[in-house]
Amino acid sequence: MLTYLANPHRFMKASSFAVPISFLAAAILIGFSIWQGLYIVPPEAVQGDSARILFVHVPAAWISMAAYMAMAGASFVWFVWRHELADIAAACIAPIGAAYTLICLATGSIWGRPTWGTWWQWDDARMVSVLILLFMYCGIMALRAALPVRQQAARACAILAMLGVINIPLIKFSVDWFTSLHQEASIIRMDGPAMSPEFLYPLLIGASGHVLLCAGLVMTAMRSDIFLRQIARQRRALLSQSI
Amino acid sequence: MREASAQPLRAAFKQALQEAWAGGAGSFLPAAFFAGAALLVPLTLGGNSDQLAEISGAILWIALALASLVTMERLFQSDLEDGTLELWASLEGIPLAQIALVKTLAHWLVSGLPLVLFSPVLGFMLGLSPELMPKAALSYGLGGLSFFLWGGLGASLTAGIRRGGLLIALIALPFYVPTAIFGALVLASPMQTPPEFYFLAASTLFALALAPFGMGAALRLAVST
Repeated sequence: MLTYLANPHRFMKASSFAVPISFLAAAILIGFSIWQGLYIVPPEAVQGDSARILFVHVPAAWISMAAYMAMAGASFVWFVWRHELADIAAACIAPIGAAYTLICLATGSIWGRPTWGTWWQWDDARMVSVLILLFMYCGIMALRAALPVRQQAARACAILAMLGVINIPLIKFSVDWFTSLHQEASIIRMDGPAMSPEFLYPLLIGASGHVLLCAGLVMTAMRSDIFLRQIARQRRALLSQSI
Repeated sequence: MREASAQPLRAAFKQALQEAWAGGAGSFLPAAFFAGAALLVPLTLGGNSDQLAEISGAILWIALALASLVTMERLFQSDLEDGTLELWASLEGIPLAQIALVKTLAHWLVSGLPLVLFSPVLGFMLGLSPELMPKAALSYGLGGLSFFLWGGLGASLTAGIRRGGLLIALIALPFYVPTAIFGALVLASPMQTPPEFYFLAASTLFALALAPFGMGAALRLAVST
């Protein structure tokens, strides 16, 4: 299916339906999880009402990482097969992923203040790794902005994104070496989720809503990028005609 | 294919050494920067020597990272401008990654190693305890090498950009993290060769294995446009 969509025309056709559908579905799913989180789910036993922020914080954390992997994957596809669309995708994912990373950091801080009594903790491995992730997004966006030629920017960013992905395990490992204040990962574990189902299901529904929202945003950004290119091409054609 | 000779590699190495000395100050310039950056901290700290001794190792790490970044900008830029890079790219049998590695190593030799040799002096001035000194100098050597390799990656990616210095710092920063963490932990540990030391060495080897290929690809790109 991906090779089928690699053609920009087919992509434009398919995404013109996919964008409104994913936005609508995202609105329903996120709305449901927030309604559940704010009104239905009981206050958490230890943290009280403040735990309700997890319905925003956890999806943002997941997507911040997933978006980086998606960007690196798109970079790889561009680097190997030179699909123009893959580079457009990589370029459009970066700011959206960075925004999710920022949301993750901000909500994490806000959550940390009442529960741990601190906005920020350098001892915590996950906080520090997410902050580094933000810097990686920033580096890639700055590099793309600094290189004037599109092809050149695409290749340079692809190299950087791919090396960044290889480096992630090492960064993660080194940061984990600090003692961790953060709770252990409580959903993806060998012996099944440790979270009670009344929290888990709204969370998973909200997370899938955020995945759709992110996909819709990326597709919208890609569409506008393709439109801009078409305009530039037509303008060039008109100019050459008039001369 | 013709047998590849090591001559271009030697030439690149010599050229990198000469470039460092051509500035007039040679390797004194990065060393002076290193000292300046490190000695700004006690002044801003307000002369509290206990506090200073506690963070002296960290100050030297920061100064080393900064010194490795400020010297990076011109590493490949001048080669790109005068066409040397194009010549290297056209050589058969010698990948650009090798040339980049040789240049970076030579650059580390003139701009990184002096800082390591200089670090005991600064360490004394900052109150770093003498028994830490050999361990500290060794980890500055290893960590500095990894800083220079990742900084070289930033330099090769931004070779075509004027005033790319700040961009190099932003690009290289995430790659500096493991080295900086393990480096700091080596100094914090009471052991002479703590496990973190081996992890520091491993992160340097990791950079040595990975960064040259990134640099090679980035330089190939810089030449082709």
